[in-house]
Amino acid sequence: MSALVEIRDLSKAYTRGRQTVEVLHHVTLDINEGDFLALMGPSGSGKTTLLNLIGGLDSPSSGSISVAGTRIDQLGGTALAKWRAAHVGFIFQFYNLLPMLSAQKNVEVPLLLTKLSAAQRRQNAKIALQLVNLADRAAHKPAELSGGQQQRVAIARAIISDPALLVCDEPTGDLDRQSAEEVLGLLQVLNREQGKTIVMVTHDPKAADHASHTLHLEKGSLVESPP
Amino acid sequence: MKYLHLIRAALMRRKTRTVLTILSVLAAFLLFGLLDGVRVAFNSGGTLAGVDRLVVASRFSIIQSLPESLVNRVAAVPGVKLTTWANWFGGYYREQKNQMIIFAIGPDYFQAYPDYGVTPAMADALATTRTGVLAGKAVADRFGWKTGDKLPIMGSIFPNKSTGETTWTFDIVGVFQAPQAANRALEQQILLNWKYFDEANAYGGGQVGWIVAKVADPKHSAEIAQAIDALSANSDHETKTQTEQEFNLSFARQIGDIGLIVTAIIGAVFFTLMLLTGNTMAQAVRERIPELATLKTIGFTDAQVLALVFGESVLLILIGGLLGLALATLLMPIVTEASGGMIQLPPIGSRSWGMGIALMIAVGAIVGILPAWRAMRLRVVDALAGR
Ligand SMILES: Nc1ncnc2c1ncn2[C@@H]1O[C@H](COP(=O)(O)OP(=O)(O)OP(=O)(O)O)[C@@H](O)[C@H]1O
Ligand SMILES: [Mg+2]
Repeated sequence: MSALVEIRDLSKAYTRGRQTVEVLHHVTLDINEGDFLALMGPSGSGKTTLLNLIGGLDSPSSGSISVAGTRIDQLGGTALAKWRAAHVGFIFQFYNLLPMLSAQKNVEVPLLLTKLSAAQRRQNAKIALQLVNLADRAAHKPAELSGGQQQRVAIARAIISDPALLVCDEPTGDLDRQSAEEVLGLLQVLNREQGKTIVMVTHDPKAADHASHTLHLEKGSLVESPP
Repeated sequence: MKYLHLIRAALMRRKTRTVLTILSVLAAFLLFGLLDGVRVAFNSGGTLAGVDRLVVASRFSIIQSLPESLVNRVAAVPGVKLTTWANWFGGYYREQKNQMIIFAIGPDYFQAYPDYGVTPAMADALATTRTGVLAGKAVADRFGWKTGDKLPIMGSIFPNKSTGETTWTFDIVGVFQAPQAANRALEQQILLNWKYFDEANAYGGGQVGWIVAKVADPKHSAEIAQAIDALSANSDHETKTQTEQEFNLSFARQIGDIGLIVTAIIGAVFFTLMLLTGNTMAQAVRERIPELATLKTIGFTDAQVLALVFGESVLLILIGGLLGLALATLLMPIVTEASGGMIQLPPIGSRSWGMGIALMIAVGAIVGILPAWRAMRLRVVDALAGR
């Protein structure tokens, strides 16, 4: 299997006033196509930072990331935004749905950036909602849905433009056990049946069990196993 | 256009606030529409063409009078069908605050002005009673006057020659009623015989305030006006022949530069509006930072997010502005009607609409630029982390 994501010697430092804090130190990592990778580690270890770099939401201080052959660390703001739209789906702890839009309209949002017609957008979003088993909630606003349902809408939105890569930052962090299981099961299905490569940050070992393997971050560096 | 529902959703997020903002924009543009009407009304004296009544007055000042002898010379100008004249007579009834609108009018006045609704019998009664006056129904009702009453008026300028006092006592010989609602304002007037006024006022006779010339063919009004003014060119009483509307406005212009006043009011209103809506928009964007960050995460570019916020601001102002201007358009004829023609506001023309819409876009742009800029500069990772 070839590596979809190739991370080489990646460092990220933040500058606060005169102080520079390096949050990631020389991380090197390959993520294969079709992987379901769980990233664990203590709070503040840099998991979100790494995930944001992989998803093209931020740029590294040094080192390189290429995704499917594209050096995303070299892309500028606008090119990076367009790249994200086409290649990555994001799933967050707090779902990040647009509160004024129905589930259906939320799922359609990424398609606004494509050339699809309104009818095609509607049709695709319908299918995505069916996939996450929420076809009957298409007209509901986020506030009218449970946390688990909202997260499934977010998953539908993340896969609507058929990206190869899904990045999830504590997707079950705000859910009860049962909803968490539903969401994790769904991610597994997407990984196995649709071949999505998934990188998931989690604090929950049970969640990590759904992944094909787990890596640990410790103070900005990858370690083989937790101490 | 496909992004419109995102803008709509943003506006619907806080319905009350959006409605209140739209209402304040509406109020500002309603005022803009009405005041622009006032400004237009004061700046355009109307064109001479198509007008069948011309007013000949001193070129220099509306308070300067003309020699009576000019009347016959105006009447002799080809195309003039009828002439009459009038003088302003300032005075009040009982108390200084009851200022009356009184004109001393020449013969044939009502032939030139059927608008007053004065019957031939009333006109006769006036002509045959030296101290007679006709009072409009509005003013008569206000003070409870009837035909046959004596009417004491304190003259503000003209003392009575025979008594040496400023008190003039008139006899009400009729109360007239304007047949058309648009002419109701005429019912505020009191009309007396110019002949009596001319003989009895202490400042000497043979003077008329202005001459009214009715033309046979309105198509030729402009040329006739020129010919009339030529009569007194280079004399000590040069005239300016104008439309009635323009003549009436020259009275109002005595108050001050209406255009400037109106511009100042509109300026102040819009300054306040921009502070208000600018603040609202800034707040609206601040509240939506997580949503804007989500859009960027999904792949909206900085420029697209800028456009969304900018569009939201412009749309908000456009909705309120168009409603306000539409309301002004509806209200104009009602104001004109309700004031009985006292306030003559022209309908809002395409020029005012054009200016209004340009103003809406400008206000929307000014108000939207800072929040839009802020939304554009928003760093996704910081916003997602709540930083
Ligand atoms: N923009 C920033 N400016 C300054 N410091 C930052 C910034 N972003 C992250 N950090 C710091 O980097 C470190 C790693 O943060 P990160 O969010 O990646 O941690 P995390 O592993 O995701 O933690 P958690 O499990 O709590 O989500 C933290 O100490 C954090 O304070
Ligand atoms: Mg984190």
